[in-house]
Amino acid sequence: MNWWANVADPQPRIGILVFPGSNCDRDCAYVVEQVMGATADVIWHKASSLPPLDAIIIPGGFSYGDYLRTGAIARFSPIMAAVTRFAEAGGLVLGICNGFQILLEAGLLPGAMLRNRSLSFICRDVHVRVENTATPFTGRCAPGQVLTLPIAHAEGNYYTDPGTLSSLKAGNQVIFRYCTTDGQTTTEATPNGSLDGIAGITNATGNVLGLMPHPERSAEALLGNEDGRLILRSLLDSILSGRYAPKPVLAS
Amino acid sequence: MKATVVVTLKRGILDPQGQAVLHALGSLGYHGVTDVRMGKLIELDVAATDRAGAEVEVKAMCERLLANTIIEDYRIELVGERG
Repeated sequence: MNWWANVADPQPRIGILVFPGSNCDRDCAYVVEQVMGATADVIWHKASSLPPLDAIIIPGGFSYGDYLRTGAIARFSPIMAAVTRFAEAGGLVLGICNGFQILLEAGLLPGAMLRNRSLSFICRDVHVRVENTATPFTGRCAPGQVLTLPIAHAEGNYYTDPGTLSSLKAGNQVIFRYCTTDGQTTTEATPNGSLDGIAGITNATGNVLGLMPHPERSAEALLGNEDGRLILRSLLDSILSGRYAPKPVLAS
Repeated sequence: MKATVVVTLKRGILDPQGQAVLHALGSLGYHGVTDVRMGKLIELDVAATDRAGAEVEVKAMCERLLANTIIEDYRIELVGERG
């Protein structure tokens, strides 16, 4: 009955932020509970503080209708100040699709998103190559492993200035690149025009990951694809290792 | 006082919307158009009555929210009630 019994006791708690227009929050809560065996703590964006958490997921969707720019308004929601403190204290933060866009606008990850090169909303499976397995989100992947994951976005065309791109590469912060089925990174394999084929990056300290593909939509055999499970279970391993517990922040 | 903010993608960043419009214009026979840049127009009514104060305030709004200066440029036009 208690399918999580072999996973952890006490169960890890993962916060899932909900903004007006988020639409993957329930999918994320579902996989947190059913795939990761953790407790999902769904948190409305108006909250000004976070409960004790082991990780935060910022789910996909269209926060604030994508008005102005994707993620631009959500980043000023009250909860984001607490998320920033959590991230700066070393807490694990995973931003998926619109969550990635919010992390960029919030400055928790470098760069910005442009409209897809084709101007189309693209909703299909893509292949991404795992570029760095020494992260809290990819420990279960093999170096260079090709994952099949679904994307669904109109603004996933990652851009940053040449200096920032160099430092991302030097710091092994490019975690996923779009690729062909056999792992070749080509212009054609990049669905949205993203700079250097970038599909996902971490911050310099590695505890914040943003990616455009949706691991939560591809985490069960019933749905025909379990590749997303590798990312979710890697995150769970990292939580259970205790190495990524956010450091207590002293009140200033 | 009214402020108009125009936000466009920086020069050098591909503007796929602008390119689509450029091609559409070309197909209509307007071959003299060499580039199209799309952008956003934001009109603000601001309480400030002095130009300098309004400009400082609107510039801060642009830097913090209205534009993403990684990818966008902005320009501000102020139209005061007394000119």
